[in-house]
Amino acid sequence: MAEKTFKVTSESGIHARPATTLVNQAGQFSSDITLDYNGKSVNLKSIMGVMSLGIQSGAEITIKAEGSDADEAIAALEDVMKKEGLGE
Amino acid sequence: MSEKISGIAASAGIAIAKAFVLQNPELTIEKKSIEDSSQEIERFQSAIDKSKDELTVIKDKANEELGEDKAAIFAAHLLVLSDPELVDAVKQKIESEKVNAESAMNDVSSMFIDMFEQMDNEYMKERAADIRDVSKRVLAHLLDVQFATPASISEEVVILAEDLTPSDTAQLNRKFVKGFATDIGGRTSHSAIMSRSMEIPAVVGTKTITEKVENGVMIIIDGLDGQVIVDPTEDEIGSYQEKQQKYLKQKEEWAKLVNEKTLSSDNVQVELAANIGTPADVKGVLENGAEGVGLYRTEFLYMGRDQLPTEDEQFKAYKEVLEKMEGKPVVIRTLDIGGDKELPYLNLPKELNPFLGFRAIRLCLEEQEIFRTQLRALLRASTYGNLKIMFPMIATLEEFRSAKSILIEEKEKLVNEGTEVSEKIEVGIMVEIPSTAVMADTFAKEVDFFSIGTNDLIQYTMAADRMNEQVSYLYQPYNPAILRLVKMVIDAAHKEGKWTGMCGEMAGDPIAIPILLGLGLDEFSMSATSVLPARSQIRSLSKEKISAHINEILQMDTMKEVVDFVEKNFK
Repeated sequence: MAEKTFKVTSESGIHARPATTLVNQAGQFSSDITLDYNGKSVNLKSIMGVMSLGIQSGAEITIKAEGSDADEAIAALEDVMKKEGLGE
Repeated sequence: MSEKISGIAASAGIAIAKAFVLQNPELTIEKKSIEDSSQEIERFQSAIDKSKDELTVIKDKANEELGEDKAAIFAAHLLVLSDPELVDAVKQKIESEKVNAESAMNDVSSMFIDMFEQMDNEYMKERAADIRDVSKRVLAHLLDVQFATPASISEEVVILAEDLTPSDTAQLNRKFVKGFATDIGGRTSHSAIMSRSMEIPAVVGTKTITEKVENGVMIIIDGLDGQVIVDPTEDEIGSYQEKQQKYLKQKEEWAKLVNEKTLSSDNVQVELAANIGTPADVKGVLENGAEGVGLYRTEFLYMGRDQLPTEDEQFKAYKEVLEKMEGKPVVIRTLDIGGDKELPYLNLPKELNPFLGFRAIRLCLEEQEIFRTQLRALLRASTYGNLKIMFPMIATLEEFRSAKSILIEEKEKLVNEGTEVSEKIEVGIMVEIPSTAVMADTFAKEVDFFSIGTNDLIQYTMAADRMNEQVSYLYQPYNPAILRLVKMVIDAAHKEGKWTGMCGEMAGDPIAIPILLGLGLDEFSMSATSVLPARSQIRSLSKEKISAHINEILQMDTMKEVVDFVEKNFK
């Protein structure tokens, strides 16, 4: 299992557009990928799951991946977080 | 073989494009037990796949033609269709409960819609509409009904519909929608008014257009003569292109009057203003040389969404309009909802006679939070231009006094909070109920201005529903009864040194304009596209000459006499 914690720095939190990119990226991997925030855990391959968290700026989120390509998945998602200016 | 269908010319111009038949099918979801769940799951997956294919096409087109920003919404829609939380949940439900795909899909998506609607964040709440849109598309495939939304249009078309609802028109993309034709409606129905404000050719009231035409058939919309030509020949297309050119030339002539004042031939000046529905319409107002906004219908801020607009959202819209008008007068009408304009999220009970029911100021005085939010937004925006506030559907002086005192309360609150508010806001009323026209002399002592809303004034005076085609012969703007009421209002205002405008369709009507000029109307507010033709007409009219005949006109027996007289003498 691989995981990584981020602090959300984008002003509007994780809204539709970056959420779309994250979910699209997560969908490329066979691992089970979750997003934990505020005591809740959702499937990162689910746009509605991610959106339902309503993640605001300043939030701390953890992305976990479990499966054969877990490490690659985390690396790719970290890349998206940074490129989209979502967090670090 | 081409076919000609006649209707009512609603908005000038010629459009030639393929037909897009807009149908809003009622999706009836029945819960049924099924035997073979794997077959049902397959049926569900195939509906999902078809929906994805459609959306991919739409997304790619939008990407190409509208830019990535606008296309992003379709990317999100596509993800909803791949969302395991949704797709797997539906499949599981089919499997474990042995129910049909339609009802499983409907149950699961409703759950998500509810969830998003209940969220605190307004942005998230709006996502409920996206999910609703997407699931409707899937359900339509499952039920095998044609499904189309105006937002999904991504090529040049003319829209054919039974009628266009306000939320349909709010979604129309001006870039692709070249014109439209409807089965029902008249010159003053919502769709007709919108077509003029969007400046796209339209023919309404064709009765049969959606029955006779299928998607993709070539169509000519002649918004000048109220004709729709279905499947035209090459020759017909050619001659209509010529007609279009001629119309565009005439428009060029009118365009020379853009920066001119509106003076009659005997040098009496009047103001020509335009009616708008959204800040985006201001562009057309300025391009058409209007001297102000005579009616800003704020309803559109409230429509096509899931909850009330916030004070800030409203403030931004009002500020934008006031700023863009650069100090020219802007009459903003407070919320006029009810009647034919519904807001589903207010959950108002259905009424038997909505036009005579709980609407406009009646609703605002009862649901004061809605009203106060709007007034605060207006007051805050007031320092950005020349704002005039207008209350709709005033029937009694008490209503006006209540509305005005709420306005003053909110103004004082804002001032106490340290917010700057203009000291020069005029506060007036729409005159659209006969009781108010009759009592205009009393009202004139308290209001700053009148604006006559002719569409409603005519329907209330003649007791004829303007949506009902069987009584459409009673829609008689030039009936002496209406003209006498108009005169009462104008005279009452002038006696108190106030001004009177008119913001109904009649103000831009070539037959009405000479009479209104003769009656002394101060401000004519119309569709932006009517401003230049009206200015050109008024320049050829002598107010003095018409005024000399006004009493004669008011004494006539019938509308027909009035029309004949005007056409003979003042056209």
